[in-house]
Amino acid sequence: MVALALPAGPGLTARSAAGPAREHGVSLDTGLDRTLATAMAAAQAGDAEAYRRLLRACLPVVAGMARAQGVRPDAVDDVVQDVLLTIHRARATYDPGRPFLPWLRAITQRRAIDGMRRAGRRPREVHDPIAYEAEADGGPAPGAGLEARDRVRVLARAVAALPEGQRQAVEHLALGERSLDETAALTGRSKGALKVNLHRALKALRHTLGRDGPEADRAAADGADARERGTHDV
Amino acid sequence: MSERAPLPHDELVEALAGGLRPVRRLPSPALRALIWCAAALGAGFALMPFADLEALHLRMAVPDLRYAALGALLTALTATVAAFQTSVPGRSLRWTLLPLAPAALWVSASGLGCLRTATVPGVAPPEAGGCFAFLIGVSLPLSLALVWMLRRACPLRPNLTAALAGLAAAAAAAVLLVPFHPHDATAADLALHGVAVLLVIGVNGLAGGRLLTRGG
Repeated sequence: MVALALPAGPGLTARSAAGPAREHGVSLDTGLDRTLATAMAAAQAGDAEAYRRLLRACLPVVAGMARAQGVRPDAVDDVVQDVLLTIHRARATYDPGRPFLPWLRAITQRRAIDGMRRAGRRPREVHDPIAYEAEADGGPAPGAGLEARDRVRVLARAVAALPEGQRQAVEHLALGERSLDETAALTGRSKGALKVNLHRALKALRHTLGRDGPEADRAAADGADARERGTHDV
Repeated sequence: MSERAPLPHDELVEALAGGLRPVRRLPSPALRALIWCAAALGAGFALMPFADLEALHLRMAVPDLRYAALGALLTALTATVAAFQTSVPGRSLRWTLLPLAPAALWVSASGLGCLRTATVPGVAPPEAGGCFAFLIGVSLPLSLALVWMLRRACPLRPNLTAALAGLAAAAAAAVLLVPFHPHDATAADLALHGVAVLLVIGVNGLAGGRLLTRGG
C-alpha cells in the first residue's frame, strides 16, 4: 500500500492547476507529482487503497484545472467526475516513468472542453435581447424581506388573539412541531382536546388571514374572530 | 445546468476503487506502432508470391515511382507512430505533424509521375478500378487492426487518432499495391488513388472515432 503524504491546501491546487508554477509552486508540483505517480503505479498493480487516496487527492487538483480552463462553477463537479471515470479507463496508459500531472492535465483539459461543448449545445436565450430582458430573476424581489416580516407580524398577532387553548395548540403542534404526547404533557390537556383546539385554531386563522391586509390586522388585533364564530377552547 | 445529478465524489471514488483490478501497463506507443507495422509488412510478404518482381524492379528504377513508394512507406510508418502517440493522454499533439513531410513526398512524387505521363491516354477503367478495390480492400483490415489496437489506449481526440490511423492504413495499402501496380501513375489513376486514400481516412475519422470513443 502506498501512503500519500500530500502537502495539500488551497494554494497547492491553484498552483498545480495553473501549469508552470511560480515561487514555491515548482517544488510543490514536483512533490505532488511524484506522490501521485507512485500511487498510480501502485493502483496499476491493484492497490485499491492507494487508488482511493490518489483519486481523492486528484479532486481539488482537477477542480482547479477545470476552473482554470474556464468551466463554470456549477459545471465543475460534472467535469471532475468525467475526469475520474477517464482516469479509471486510461490507467493502463500511464507510464510511471513520466510525470503524472501532465497526464492528468491532458485528461482534464479534454473533459473540460467536452463539458463546455455540451453546455454550449444546450438551448439558451441569451442571444435574444428581448428574452434576455424578460427573463425572470431567480432571486428574491425587492421588498420581499419587508413583505415576509409583515406576514410574520400579522400571523403572530392573529395567533396571539386566539383563545388560550387554541393558541397553545398552534404554538406547540404547528409552530413548535411537537408531538401530541409532548404537547399534552406540557399543557396538561388531553390529546383529543388538543386536536380539536388545533382544528378550531386553524379554521379561525384561515378566516382571519383570508381577509385583506388592514382588515386582517384589525381582526387579529381585537381577537374578534374566535368570539364571532363561537369557537371556544376545549 | 447539468444533464444528470452528480454523484457525491466520495461515492464515485469508492465505486472505482472498490472495483479496482490490476491492469497490464500498455507498451510504449512506438513499440505498439512497430508491432502493427510488422504485421502489415508480414501481409506484404504473404502477397509477394503473386507479385511480378521483375516489373517491380524496373518500376523502382524510375525516380518518381521510387520516391512515391518511399513517401507512402514513410507516411505509413509516421502516421502509425502519430496515431499511437495521440492515443495516450499527455503526449504532445505535435506528433500529428510527423506524417506531413512524408505525405508531401508521397503526393508530390505521385503528381510528378502523373505529369510525366500526362500525354499518355488514361489507363483502362478496369485496371484503375482494380487499384481502387485493392486499396480499399487492403485498407479495411489494416484499419480494423489498427483501431482495435488503439482502443486499448484512451484517445482523448478519437476522431484525430482515427484519421491518423486511416492515413496509416491507406499509405500501407498503397505500399502493398506497388508490387502489383502494372503501370505508371496517370491522372485518372492518381485521382482514383487519391479518392481511395481520402475515403479511407474519412471513414476512419468518422467510424473509427466512434469506435475509439468508449463510454465514460
